[in-house]
Amino acid sequence: MGETCTRAHLTEAVYRKLGLSRTECASIVEFVLEEMSARIAKGEKVKLSSFGSFLVRSKGRRIGRNPKTGVEVPIEPRRVLVFKPSNILRARINHKNNGKVE
Amino acid sequence: MIKSELVECVMRTYPGLYQRDAETAVDAVLDAITDALANGNRVEIRGFGAFSAKERRSRVGRNPRTGQRVPVAAKRVPMFKASKEIREALNQDGLGAPRARKTAALSAGVLGAESRGSE
Repeated sequence: MGETCTRAHLTEAVYRKLGLSRTECASIVEFVLEEMSARIAKGEKVKLSSFGSFLVRSKGRRIGRNPKTGVEVPIEPRRVLVFKPSNILRARINHKNNGKVE
Repeated sequence: MIKSELVECVMRTYPGLYQRDAETAVDAVLDAITDALANGNRVEIRGFGAFSAKERRSRVGRNPRTGQRVPVAAKRVPMFKASKEIREALNQDGLGAPRARKTAALSAGVLGAESRGSE
């Protein structure tokens, strides 16, 4: 396993594609992430074709358990973010680079 | 929001960019994440979340219609874990009520149930 990909790598990727300064590219990357976060926080769906969708799901109240002590704890209703990867992303991760799903 | 709307937002904020460039920028970000995962790396974006790929072993599946056994090859599946910031932002409006009153009854050092995301 190589190094973890961070914001800096995303900035570098944008920098390689666009003829802009690194500062500007970093600002664009930051804006894209902020915009996505803001939409998600509002409960909005974010669908990025060929990558995947970020969906907000509402979960009902249920009884959980502290795995260490076995004590029952109520888990209150909450909203969670789920990422649903597209078939293209799934395929690319398995090195089927055309992204086609058989 | 879909990708083209995200591209429009980028253009509105950076009026100097052509639409083509805004698209290139958004795609570059997504492609960089995809490539990192394809190369076996983790992607960690502080404040947003982390992407990783999990190994799945090969198994014998079944065609649900015919009941026939079919081999399912080993594969890697993408995973995403949302940042604490996002998880909290989604639940600050009272929809996910905080567990303030229960906490006192439990022993110190108990894990916050809501931050464990079991599913």
